[in-house]
Amino acid sequence: MVRTLHKRPWMLTAAATVAIAALGTVVWAAFTPVTFASREETFEIPKGTWARRMAGNKVEILPSAVYLTVGIRDVLLLKNLDDVPQIFGPTLMMPGQSFRLPFETASSYQFACTAHASGQMTVVVDAQPDNPWQRLVWRARRAFRAVA
Amino acid sequence: MRYATRLVPLWACMLLSMTAPAAEVEVLKAGIFNPAREAPDFSVHGSDGAPLVLSHYRGKVVVLAFGYTSCPNVCPVTLAVLAQAHRKLGAQGSQVQVIYITVDPERDSAERLRQYLAAFDSTFVGGTGTALQMAEVRRSYGVTAEKVGTGKDYAVAHSSFVYLITREGKLRALMPFGHKADDYVHDISLLLN
Repeated sequence: MVRTLHKRPWMLTAAATVAIAALGTVVWAAFTPVTFASREETFEIPKGTWARRMAGNKVEILPSAVYLTVGIRDVLLLKNLDDVPQIFGPTLMMPGQSFRLPFETASSYQFACTAHASGQMTVVVDAQPDNPWQRLVWRARRAFRAVA
Repeated sequence: MRYATRLVPLWACMLLSMTAPAAEVEVLKAGIFNPAREAPDFSVHGSDGAPLVLSHYRGKVVVLAFGYTSCPNVCPVTLAVLAQAHRKLGAQGSQVQVIYITVDPERDSAERLRQYLAAFDSTFVGGTGTALQMAEVRRSYGVTAEKVGTGKDYAVAHSSFVYLITREGKLRALMPFGHKADDYVHDISLLLN
């Protein structure tokens, strides 16, 4: 392997570039503070959702698990933009109404939710990542959830 | 110009009166409805023997909970927290009414509710009625209740949150299960003042 790399210097350069990029990513993920433009994670029921459901279309708006982080993104904001009342997340919402639910404690919260086949919705609230290691773990977990 | 100068404090007051309530509700610990809608009125049998009509409590902040007296875990915790919050509110507690609506009218008679609630706080009022009446109350508030198991020892899986209704009868907030008495004290104090 080493001999191959010596014979082909471009491979060595490529490996070094990848290693530096990976290290740079880790350093960035560990030392850059976690920030969001808003503390609100917003979900909306668009206009016409009820009609689409009545027509037999499957419409999923809320994921079965919502992930929040204390102090950074710790508010769940639900909006009913449809023309009819809807059970959205834990509550009944009138047309045009919004529901803003703040979280202060890191934990996993279960809500009954008729919008889901399981009848349940989970809000996972992570602790605020305060040091480089926590930021690294937080970003890795977030990336994993995004692809899972 | 002089008139315009005199109008400045008036404009400032108007601006404050428009922004203050919004700022107030922003800091509630509970989930907030915006805009707050009229709390659906209901008339059921009260645990004190009199009809329990929600709109009769206008002028007080109403803390509205749903549950049943055989509930093994959620209801005792919620009611204990509400009783603690009621005590902590001190004199202000007289301006607050806790209403506990049963999701199990089959077993929860008015008398049974009275005895059960008295163990937590003698000022709490319970509500029961026919299965149809209670289903209608639950529907109007988006509360779920599902019988689990058979026989006389069945359980009822039900929504565990608590509604906060303003003095004007507006459904302003929803407190999820798990909040402490201090959170209720915080929010009720804001809604009262």
